[in-house]
Amino acid sequence: MGSNMAENHPVGFQWVMEAKLAGAKIMHVDPRFTRTSAMATTYVPIRAGTDIAFLGGVVNYILEHERWLDEYVKHYTNAPVIIDERFRDTEDLDGFFSGFDPEKRIYDTSSWHYAGMPVQETAGERSKGGTKGEQSGHGAQSGHLSSGEPPEEDETLRHPRCVFQLVKKHFRRYTPEVVAQICGCTEEQFLEVAEALCANSGRERTSAIVYSVGWTQHTVGVQYIRTAAIIQLLLGNIGRPGGGIVALRGHASIQGSTDLATLYNILPGYLPMPHGEKDTDLAAYLENHAGTTGWWGHFDAYVISQLKAFWGEAATKENDFRFDYLPRIDSDHSAYQTAVDMLDGKMKGYFLFGENPAVGSANSRLHRLALAQLDWLVVRDFQEIESASFWKDAPEIETGELKTEKIGTEVFLLPAATHVEKDGCFTNTQRLLQWHSKALEPPEDCRSDLGFVYHLGRKIREKLAGSTDPRDRPVLDLTWAYATSGPYEEPSADQVLREINGVGADGIALGTYADLKNEGSTACGCWLYCGCYADEQNRPARKKPGREQTWVAPEWGWAWPLNRRILYNRASADPDGKPWSERKRFVWWDEAEQKWVGEDVPDFDEQKAPTYVPPEDAEAEHAIAGDHPFILQADGRGWLFAAAGLMDGPLPTHYEPHESPFDNPLYAQRANPTRQLFEHRENRYNEDGAYPYVVTTYRLTEHHTAGGMSRTLPYLAELQPEFFCEVSPELAAERDLEHGGWATIVTARTAIEARVLVTERMTPLEVQGRTVHQVGLPYHWGTKGLTTGDAANDVFSLALDPNVHIQEVKAATCDIRPGRRPRGRALRELVESYPGRLES
Amino acid sequence: MPLAKLIGRWPLLRQADGDPLALGKAVQSERTQKLRPRTAEAEQVVQSICPYCAVGCGQLVFVRDGKVDQIEGDPDSPISRGRLCPKGAASKSLVTSPTRVLKVRYRRPYATDWEDLPLEQAMDMIADRVLEARRATWDASNNRTMGIGSLGGATLDNEENYLIKKLCMGLGIVQVENQARI
Amino acid sequence: MKAGDGQTTYGLQIQPRMGFFTDTSICIGCKACEVACKEWNLVPEDGLEWTGHSYDNTGALDANTWRHVAFVEQQVDDGLRWLMSSDVCKHCTHAGCLDVCPTGAITRTEFGTVVIQDDVCNGCGYCVTACPFGVISKREIGGDGGMHKCTLCYDRLEDGLEPACAKACPTKSIQFGPVDELLARAEGRVEELHEAGVGDARLYLADETDGVGGGGAFFLLLDRPEVYGLPPDPVDPTRHLGEAWGAALAAGAALVAGALVAFLGGRR
Repeated sequence: MGSNMAENHPVGFQWVMEAKLAGAKIMHVDPRFTRTSAMATTYVPIRAGTDIAFLGGVVNYILEHERWLDEYVKHYTNAPVIIDERFRDTEDLDGFFSGFDPEKRIYDTSSWHYAGMPVQETAGERSKGGTKGEQSGHGAQSGHLSSGEPPEEDETLRHPRCVFQLVKKHFRRYTPEVVAQICGCTEEQFLEVAEALCANSGRERTSAIVYSVGWTQHTVGVQYIRTAAIIQLLLGNIGRPGGGIVALRGHASIQGSTDLATLYNILPGYLPMPHGEKDTDLAAYLENHAGTTGWWGHFDAYVISQLKAFWGEAATKENDFRFDYLPRIDSDHSAYQTAVDMLDGKMKGYFLFGENPAVGSANSRLHRLALAQLDWLVVRDFQEIESASFWKDAPEIETGELKTEKIGTEVFLLPAATHVEKDGCFTNTQRLLQWHSKALEPPEDCRSDLGFVYHLGRKIREKLAGSTDPRDRPVLDLTWAYATSGPYEEPSADQVLREINGVGADGIALGTYADLKNEGSTACGCWLYCGCYADEQNRPARKKPGREQTWVAPEWGWAWPLNRRILYNRASADPDGKPWSERKRFVWWDEAEQKWVGEDVPDFDEQKAPTYVPPEDAEAEHAIAGDHPFILQADGRGWLFAAAGLMDGPLPTHYEPHESPFDNPLYAQRANPTRQLFEHRENRYNEDGAYPYVVTTYRLTEHHTAGGMSRTLPYLAELQPEFFCEVSPELAAERDLEHGGWATIVTARTAIEARVLVTERMTPLEVQGRTVHQVGLPYHWGTKGLTTGDAANDVFSLALDPNVHIQEVKAATCDIRPGRRPRGRALRELVESYPGRLES
Repeated sequence: MPLAKLIGRWPLLRQADGDPLALGKAVQSERTQKLRPRTAEAEQVVQSICPYCAVGCGQLVFVRDGKVDQIEGDPDSPISRGRLCPKGAASKSLVTSPTRVLKVRYRRPYATDWEDLPLEQAMDMIADRVLEARRATWDASNNRTMGIGSLGGATLDNEENYLIKKLCMGLGIVQVENQARI
Repeated sequence: MKAGDGQTTYGLQIQPRMGFFTDTSICIGCKACEVACKEWNLVPEDGLEWTGHSYDNTGALDANTWRHVAFVEQQVDDGLRWLMSSDVCKHCTHAGCLDVCPTGAITRTEFGTVVIQDDVCNGCGYCVTACPFGVISKREIGGDGGMHKCTLCYDRLEDGLEPACAKACPTKSIQFGPVDELLARAEGRVEELHEAGVGDARLYLADETDGVGGGGAFFLLLDRPEVYGLPPDPVDPTRHLGEAWGAALAAGAALVAGALVAFLGGRR
């Protein structure tokens, strides 16, 4: 669900096809019949933006029909934990959880906590200070538990306030009838999927759920994935081979760029960026963010080692390891907020590293207008992409909104080296670090981004040398002595990887994050990657052929953490440490050897027996019991109920997309009440009524994201040479759209034109007693390259998930008309004739 | 060429040697007979990873005459087993694309066209711009500048992302983002 | 399957007949085969025209397209079906193109494959009409004016490498190997599908008694060949050449006789 794996990850899909040939059932639930649907055993069409209703139906099915894996649920999840008596569910409050502040549209999450817990700062508290979501990184905020055990539990799962009962009650209304009513599929289709999932889970079998940006790009995106997590925890499918929730990411190293934190709210390894008001010094920061139990119990060692990696000798115990050098955040500084600030003239300079917001970001017109407000822009890419050339060929030049001679942006387009022209490693979607070696030098002015950043830093440091301004100390004190080689003085990627891995007091590469210290004797760029350079060996560069290894292939590359290929794999054994079944054996407790053994590196303390019960005063990993596999959680359990860490609720619930032609049949509250909106004249939202159709975006096998790496290549461009929209024959008839002709898609943002592909793969759906049509838009096109076309993202608004600030481009509303769009000023006149509203 | 050999290449004689209908061996040109895969002449074969999606397929990069001559799947990879999708299969075109930008392009404020700029000078100018913007927008209470931002990194290497973040932390740039947000 | 016409001319150098088995039941329509083929064989781009025919913007095999993935959207009993199938030169056992080539540009290789030699071909085009599948055409734009088609990566085969398309294919819908092994595998796969209730699964060009003597590239289809744009009963046009010569002789004799009769009659 939310993934079109056959099209967007075709080579990964070989394993799905192989599983299918071996008898596995492949179920595809998606708004469109895609190449993945064509390969599936069963395809279920649903309305875009209704996945939580479908998945919630599965949760209800599991609970109603008693299909959960009982031992797994009781030992490995927080099902028995009793929740604060002040907690109220959306079922009690008509679409709101307890703690909602209607003024600020945020939650005070304290009533979602485990009963009996000391009150502490929560995500909601933080947001009152202006920061939304994910600022805490991952997991650390799960609280200060004494000995890792929640204060109140009911092992029988009968207590009305235990998580299990709350989940049961919450999802009770997600019956097959309701699922069909919201999603537009039939009850039978839904039941087939629910039953298949249950029948293929348990001791003997596992099921996996695969998702991609079809789930994340919603105003409730995080909760989509949470619902899948609840299903997989109930069915016992996490931490086991063939199970899991498989996130298929779209860019080679998007996982690595998340881990190593080119994100405003985190430092490498999911350490939170310090907050201006609250994290005044290192002690306050540690107090605010460290866990006491689980592996986040060593938060201080991770942070201090990172400060040592950044600032080396300059970071000492006496000066808080230069925690004061870190810049502070105090609000949402994510990409969309930055774009709006840019548009309002608040930004001076911007760097684009292989990113093309003029095509790839929601409301791309807004981004093009914003780029025109910058003083300077540095674009690093292979080709002259739209974000580099907007000043001469943006569509807004044609409409008269922008004039080249009036755009003051100074643009530097610096050619980048390709993957074969530099050393380095990606972290791919399976957390696998894979090294690629340089095959030849880059041509002419092309340089690696590593070289660019290194030399830019070097130049800046040279220019600032001798500065006494305290502002300049952090950059001057950075450890920046990288060895260079070759004609372009290319810094050593190998050396940078070693810095990320970390070294001990003896200067030797560390083997595990367990060896990181909190007194400054270790330096480590990213604790999660510690071990990738163990024994002074570049482990991502290991290339032992797959056929010469076990099926787990542990000697090909290196997976974080500590080369564990399946996370939380202690759960692949039952509470006693025995494999759940012979055919699903993976990691288990060896009585004779008194340690965990198996196919994979155990994701658990190797010598902690399944019977281990932590003493009262235990801390960090020692506070996690032998039958609790989720070692990064403070209580070692998988969370059916997210007691902390989320902005929009401890349980997922169905909300309509921000723009939807339907009301929410569950509550008066239609959309996610905490969704993030931007009040700006260039970001008008659709008024209800004038936009009767659902619109969604996607990618095609033949192209890559915003097109810079595919529209420019003849062999790919010829395979999908024009921007098109996909519509059903019924919608084509309703709107006089001619197959092969042109259509204009209109929202309150703008209107774009596309060739019309009428196909039965687009299915009209019956929703709440009426027919809804969906329009599909592949989003690869722009004004540059061998094939050009309007950018699909132009028609979408900035409406974001409150946790992660990701835009909703997988479900919105639109109008569609036959023929091409108007040119020039007439285009804006058409758009302005459609109703829109500003909303914050 | 010796006369006997020359006569031996006379098609009629070659046809007489077991290929009377001239369907196979007899009609093979010298070039055809010498045919070998061009990768056999590669000076270097380097193991790499596909730069497109996040599956992480293994690639073999063949270098001949100092140029990338072929990129195809790496059969050693337990992830991809030598296979590639159309994008991965087009990787050589990505590297050798005739429209690839090879020289720095510079657009002055209000200018209507690109101009040339030496790379070293461009780097110098960018460093100056960063320092100037930082000076003009410095927020001492938060030890940062809100005047500079960065977007990108999902197609970059880990080492590159790490260094971007590290430099930005040194400079007080907090608006560092990448495709993971989008 | 027997050797292709001309394959035995290699005597001791003869190799097992090599070919493709394209199992369209597991084709995901990614077109990696099209791109991998072009990258290896340096085949030019074939036009940037959007066809609106499902996801097929390639259209057909020709000089600049040696692999072509067809997309067929159809309504069947249990709903919508989207067939995808990668087409290629069939490397026929009795290859019309080979028979009619007047310059010796087309050769049967020791692997039983049919290859046009660029350095020999003069672009006369006889092969174009002799191919019952419409595989061959002239490379007009930016080309050498010669005829081009799939070589089954003859150069790669010389070093024991598999053809570029088969190597890239993510799901191994395109399988490369000795034709006899592929045939056995294909028959097994059809049985499997029949047992699974896919009654319409069938092999195409896997029968050496068909009009081209079977193909070195053959296919497992899920519907009739014409649904995929393939001729249902392709015939090597030179197959009846012997009979044609007889008929021509008879006609010629009749002509002479007629002329004689006319002449005699005229004399009267």
